[in-house]
Amino acid sequence: MDGLQVPLEHVLGLASLLFALGLTGLMVRRNILFVLMSLEVMLNSAALAFVAAGAHWGQPDGQVVFMLVLTVTAAEVSVGLGLVLQIQRRFHTLDIDAATRLRG
Amino acid sequence: MILGLFYVAAAVALLSTAMALSRTNAAHALIYLIMSLLSVAVIFFIIGAPFAAALEIVIYAGAIMVLFVFVIMMLNLGETGQIREREWLKPRSWILPGIFAAALLAELLILENGLSGTTTGVAVEPKAVGLTLFGPYVLAVELASMLLLAGLVGAYHVGRSFLARDRGVKHQ
Repeated sequence: MDGLQVPLEHVLGLASLLFALGLTGLMVRRNILFVLMSLEVMLNSAALAFVAAGAHWGQPDGQVVFMLVLTVTAAEVSVGLGLVLQIQRRFHTLDIDAATRLRG
Repeated sequence: MILGLFYVAAAVALLSTAMALSRTNAAHALIYLIMSLLSVAVIFFIIGAPFAAALEIVIYAGAIMVLFVFVIMMLNLGETGQIREREWLKPRSWILPGIFAAALLAELLILENGLSGTTTGVAVEPKAVGLTLFGPYVLAVELASMLLLAGLVGAYHVGRSFLARDRGVKHQ
């Protein structure tokens, strides 16, 4: 049953540690570029958990969900980086707290 | 042995992620983030998902990180650009990512030379992934394509005035 030579718990532990690192970065950093990078790390750790679970059961579903996570990340990053350019243009800073008012 | 390789890759992933999110310089953080993605790709390879490993490198570390590089370079245009770039490319900032990359390369070579965890029948082959993706999950593929289209339109809409502003400046 177990197609995995590494204990599943260890891979899931690594994924949760990476997720915790990304969450910490998301809450601590105020530079919007680093906020986007933290989101990348968190999505990546979720993808790692999916692939590890798929490998554990020997099913391809984990990698299918990994590809869907990949498309979500690509769309999120393209829109997010467009917003970075707009924030830099309007507020002349990358501090995300400068953009707390949702009025143009 | 496979377990040891996994722990080395996991340590590289955790260390480089921590380094990436604690840098003050966005370009240096990006290098560490790429190292983190590469180590996760090696972990995918070790746990028997070679297709996911290839996609991780091609799309995450290739395409998405290039977007980040573009934006960082666009934000730093101006007279100080050259000085700043020289500062970014100091050899000191390359040592630790270089060590990480060398460790991952050594792992890949060890995996290639026998005792592979991915070629002993436990790997989930790309063929199975493709059959599942376009079989039961074909609706999800359609949804993903719509999401990518929405991302494309959204990015164009958000970035359009930025491009228009640049063109206006040039004409003046």
